[in-house]
Amino acid sequence: MGGLEKKKYERGSATNYITRNKARKKLQLSLADFRRLCILKGIYPHEPKHKKKVNKGSTAARTFYLLKDIKFLLHEPIVNKFREYKVFVRKLRKAYGKSEWNTVERLKDNKPSYKLDHIIKERYPTFIDALRDLDDALSMCFLFATFPRTGKCHVQTIQLCRRLTMEFLNYVIASRSLRKVFLSIKGIYYQAEVLGQPITWIAPYAFAHDHPTDVDYRVMATFTEFYTTLLGFVNFRLYQSLNLHYPPKIEGQAEAEQKPEEGQAYAMDSESYMEKLSALSASLARVVAPNPEDEVQVDEFPVDGESVEQEEARKKEQEAVEKQKKLFEGLRFFLNREVPREPIAFIIRCFGGRVSWDKSVCIGATYDVRDPTITHQIVDRPSLEKQVIGRYYLQPQWVFDSVNAKMCLPVADYFPGVLLPPHLSPFVSEKDGDYIPPEKLKLLALQRGENPAEESGEEEEDDSDEDDDDDEGSEGEEHSEKEDEGKLKKLEEQRSQGKKLPVKVSVGTVRLEDKQRSAQEEQSEEKRLAIMMMKKREKYLYQKIMFGKKRKVREATRLAEKRKAHDAATKSEKKTKKVRRE
Amino acid sequence: MAAAILGRLTVTAKPPSEPAGRMRGPPHCLHPVPGRPRALRLRYLPRARFPLPKRRLEVNPGGLRLSMKERFECCKQVTFLQQGKRALAAYGVVMGPLSIPSTQVLEEQAQESDDLTDSEESVYSGLEDSGSDSSTEEEAEDQDSGDEGTLKGSLLSKKAQARMASQKKEQVQCRSLETESMPSAQQGLPLRGEYEDDSSDEEDVRNTVGNIPMEWYQDYPHVGYDLDGKRIYKPIRTKDELDKFLDKMENPDYWRTVQDKQTGVDVRLTDEQVELVQRLQKGQFGDVHLNPYEPAVDFFSSQVMIHPVTNRPADKRSFIPSLLEKEKVSKLVHAIKMGWIKPRKPKEDTPTYYDLWAQEDPNSILGRHKMHVPAPKLRLPGHEESYNPPPEYLLSEEEKLAWEQQEAAERKLNFLPQQYRCLRAVPAYARFIHERFERCLDLYLCPRQRKMRVNVDPEDLIPKLPKPRDLQPFPTTQALVYRGHTGLVRCLSISPSGQWLVSGSDDGTVRFWEVSSARCMKTLPVEGVVKSVAWNPNPAVCLVAVAVEQSVLLVNPCLGDKLLYGATDQVIEAYEPPEEERLQPVTWAVAASAEHTRGVRLIIRHGKPVKQVTWHPRGDYLASVLADDGHTQVLIHQASKRWSQSPFRRSKGQVQCVLFHPLRPFFFVATQRYVRLYNLLKQELAKKLLTNCKWVSSMAVHPAGDNLICGSYDTKLAWFDLDLSTKPYRVLRHHKKALRSVAFHKHYPLFASGSDDGSVIVCHGMVYNDLLQNPLIVPVKVLKGHAPARDLGVLDVLFHPTQPWLFSSGADATIRLFA
Repeated sequence: MGGLEKKKYERGSATNYITRNKARKKLQLSLADFRRLCILKGIYPHEPKHKKKVNKGSTAARTFYLLKDIKFLLHEPIVNKFREYKVFVRKLRKAYGKSEWNTVERLKDNKPSYKLDHIIKERYPTFIDALRDLDDALSMCFLFATFPRTGKCHVQTIQLCRRLTMEFLNYVIASRSLRKVFLSIKGIYYQAEVLGQPITWIAPYAFAHDHPTDVDYRVMATFTEFYTTLLGFVNFRLYQSLNLHYPPKIEGQAEAEQKPEEGQAYAMDSESYMEKLSALSASLARVVAPNPEDEVQVDEFPVDGESVEQEEARKKEQEAVEKQKKLFEGLRFFLNREVPREPIAFIIRCFGGRVSWDKSVCIGATYDVRDPTITHQIVDRPSLEKQVIGRYYLQPQWVFDSVNAKMCLPVADYFPGVLLPPHLSPFVSEKDGDYIPPEKLKLLALQRGENPAEESGEEEEDDSDEDDDDDEGSEGEEHSEKEDEGKLKKLEEQRSQGKKLPVKVSVGTVRLEDKQRSAQEEQSEEKRLAIMMMKKREKYLYQKIMFGKKRKVREATRLAEKRKAHDAATKSEKKTKKVRRE
Repeated sequence: MAAAILGRLTVTAKPPSEPAGRMRGPPHCLHPVPGRPRALRLRYLPRARFPLPKRRLEVNPGGLRLSMKERFECCKQVTFLQQGKRALAAYGVVMGPLSIPSTQVLEEQAQESDDLTDSEESVYSGLEDSGSDSSTEEEAEDQDSGDEGTLKGSLLSKKAQARMASQKKEQVQCRSLETESMPSAQQGLPLRGEYEDDSSDEEDVRNTVGNIPMEWYQDYPHVGYDLDGKRIYKPIRTKDELDKFLDKMENPDYWRTVQDKQTGVDVRLTDEQVELVQRLQKGQFGDVHLNPYEPAVDFFSSQVMIHPVTNRPADKRSFIPSLLEKEKVSKLVHAIKMGWIKPRKPKEDTPTYYDLWAQEDPNSILGRHKMHVPAPKLRLPGHEESYNPPPEYLLSEEEKLAWEQQEAAERKLNFLPQQYRCLRAVPAYARFIHERFERCLDLYLCPRQRKMRVNVDPEDLIPKLPKPRDLQPFPTTQALVYRGHTGLVRCLSISPSGQWLVSGSDDGTVRFWEVSSARCMKTLPVEGVVKSVAWNPNPAVCLVAVAVEQSVLLVNPCLGDKLLYGATDQVIEAYEPPEEERLQPVTWAVAASAEHTRGVRLIIRHGKPVKQVTWHPRGDYLASVLADDGHTQVLIHQASKRWSQSPFRRSKGQVQCVLFHPLRPFFFVATQRYVRLYNLLKQELAKKLLTNCKWVSSMAVHPAGDNLICGSYDTKLAWFDLDLSTKPYRVLRHHKKALRSVAFHKHYPLFASGSDDGSVIVCHGMVYNDLLQNPLIVPVKVLKGHAPARDLGVLDVLFHPTQPWLFSSGADATIRLFA
């Protein structure tokens, strides 16, 4: 054999990884600085494939970083900035201690600062990469924008977050890229499609935060520092892509600047501008005025390997998206003061609706409650004393459900004080075998253009018939009977069409059934025998998959049963009530 | 100075109004003598102690209360006096010797009050000169005169007195404020103050308790002590709502009446006081005349004045360069030279945000990105997270309880689904910041690993096997059941023609059956449990070897062709013992006549219990396995020569079963874990097969002789391709319980295994002539029929020699034929 003896752990995976403490020592950074650096540079620990090998035979729990990552950090200019900052703080403390105020001032003037531009470029080499990673950035900025301007973090950060999120919302409005919204108990989820990338974020409800004590705000602040930079650059690029000014300008602002507005009475010039932007009621100015003739008709190329059906489906989807973009076009909304203004105004504007609110609620109201052209008024109180004829009074859920359904839903379920239908998540796409709540089925039918309300309405009618007096009831019953007859005829016709050959039903059918069954049995037995022949590993995998499937089925049936029980309970309750009334 | 003198003059001018009153107590006694009788004291007794007749109360229920008001003072005078007298009388009874009840004293009191007014007037007259407000004075005078007019010689209520006194005091204070503010009247203040302090006035009802919380006196009838150390009694404040209302309606000064807590009397504020209050409320200065916006005098203005502010000549040091400064400057210069002090950084005017991705290079992916694992996105919310979810997504009570008891990391949902009737009712989510923070932690702290998610259709995992239908024939249904045994049927064997079946059972019998009719043709009782039976495979010989206890019986069943079994008998009878006696491990014996009639021809007596017996395919040799530890576990007998030998010199472990190779002179010996293949000609070990099983139970060899299957008690069936390897080509784990026996079909590519779980699995085991093609093994049928008894199911399986039929014997004392 010959040669030197190979030592253990000197090659292979053991040399590719480095523990956190070692990495820290290599970089000569404190733990806090290391953490900050990792957050900014996006370095994260890796889980080695063979932990014991990497851990040199020990099984102790350690986090490992890739050695390459750490070497890469060594050349980071920000590390030096961290050190400079440390020196600066030391000098400053010394100057304070000696009460050398000149020195303090001089030092403060030369405070070292760093920029994250190059890191962003490095982490996201292309714009699409940045868009893909925007979810967390947006959620974080939306959270920070709602923080009170006290204590927890710098006021500038909060203001910056607010500004950036508002800019992003304005972009979404301008590009009409919002697709889905969801009112969850945690907050409001939004999903926009920007340059083909779905971007989802959550904004908390507008309440004061109960700041938890077991949260390290420094970590969050570091993340926010990175995210604000990212979001700023992304906003710039997005605005540029739409030919919008950045920083955003409100359309027609030139005239507005000449005459003082009432908004300026209570706010500073820049602040009121920001407020107006965040009111989301005005559209933004463009660098170049959009020319409808410039809109290029996109040629369509058939994609290889795409069947006609697929192509059609794609086309249909595109059409649906286009239609959804113009969902609220031509509608004029008015938000009552108890309605959360910002989210709903944002959503309505995203789909082309016009929206206003009470002047005292927020700046940027465009019309009054008394405006006769208002078509929908969003109300969130049990009853309204004065109602104007000619507009719908609706609960806010209508807006959300309509957006998710990609169509204006029937308003009857959403009148003020009415028990709302359940609000479903638009992010759930049920595959076959999953449980689909009946409301979703109804909605799907509506989207297909069918009108399930007829049947349900009929049911209700029947119910009401029973409730009401005889004369009305008899009328309704006649009506329904007629309908029933018509239906039966139709059904019969369909049946006869389906069977072209007159086949006589004979005793043989029973045997046929039997045959099918036996065939089925045979097949299942075949399968069972084949499963017996599987290799151990495959069998394990197969059983795991089947277990998962079975669990899914179990879950679905559990939900279905629950629903059934609930429906039965409500029905019986109704009945008892009716009996009592009688 | 003049004013001060004036003040002093007034003091001196003031007559000592009531020396008699002063005599009553020490002048500045803080602790008056307790229980000292006073004329007016009784009036302040609690009303309940007045033994008033009910009638009086009915006639004038508010009499006493009304008496509080000056307006009703005169009209109520008489009743009040009467009441007072009555009260006095009552008191007199209680404290007879001490009380000095007399109306004279009351009158004296009234006199005092008169005197007081007089004296006050005189005081004010002195002040009037210094320009005080006249209206208050007038009012005071008014009141005084009114009092004088209406209450001449009558009892003036203490309250009225107190109020007046306090009013005057207020006036004095107010005036003092004014005098302070006015520079002209500056001297008036010490005068008044001096006088106030010096006041020896008997009726000056000033409380001497000091600045203490007045609730200390809550439970007492008095509120403190006056300058004479006498108690100041609380006024009777029993105004009910009606009184208050009346007061409110009728008293035009109600709005400016406040209660003095120290004396407990109501005080009507004067106009100045009201104005002062209003000014303070507006946030203005209390003093009317103070101008807060006086023009500033700019001393150091931009205009050069003719005259210097100071006329001091400049110091010498202002001409000489300062050493200290020089030092400082040199230090700075040095620091700059050394580079310690850097000039201010020029302001960067690059915009904060610009088009970062202007030159986008999609190929500029850094080296580390090869290993980059992007963070997974957060899971999107489902229906249950909605603020108004469908009712089935809400948790029931038990589920909620279970959720709460689960650990946070184990929960499927990290929140409790909730339902709110409207958006307005939705509260803030308490864990929002937590969740964002946890996401942050996940992003930078969580080790990432690329996990290959198997995304396969489970149907694809199932191996594509030929359909059993295409592999027919094989036994599919149970055709016959052979009943007759009473114990579990341990072993089976079939005649080479396939017409007869022999079975051995625990009930101590060997039964012969006709296969086609399931008829028991013959029963051979033996002493003991039948461990193994084996029909001679030679069709010309009609012999069955039966292993019972310690011997092997060779039985002629006398079934079928008479010529055939007769020939066998002849062969046996024609045996001639050899001339020289050889040493044998067993003894051969010819059956006795009784047994001979039953069919037993020869008995081979072993010294030890026999486990198994098996024939060589030619039908002359048979091998038996003994339950022993030594090297004589396997014996090979030659029936024609009645000769036995022990082939092994050394034990290789406990032998489970043995088998002759169907074609070649090989001999399989299965020990617990290995199967050894011996070459009988060369008398050597040819192969040692590693079964990978814990305990081999049975084995069977393929009729072609190149493949072997081996069943084990640990549910495995191992298929060996003898040409391929010593390790199993395929291990099948089809059974749930221990395998008891395995069998190959002679002609069809079938093999079967019987197990304790009561099932027999028939597999298609095709062996190709092409050496390159591996055998094809497909399970084709699971046959069930035997009922498990005493944890035993199927004990033996056997194929029909020509038909695709399968016999199985079970612990339920039956034999079944599957066809």
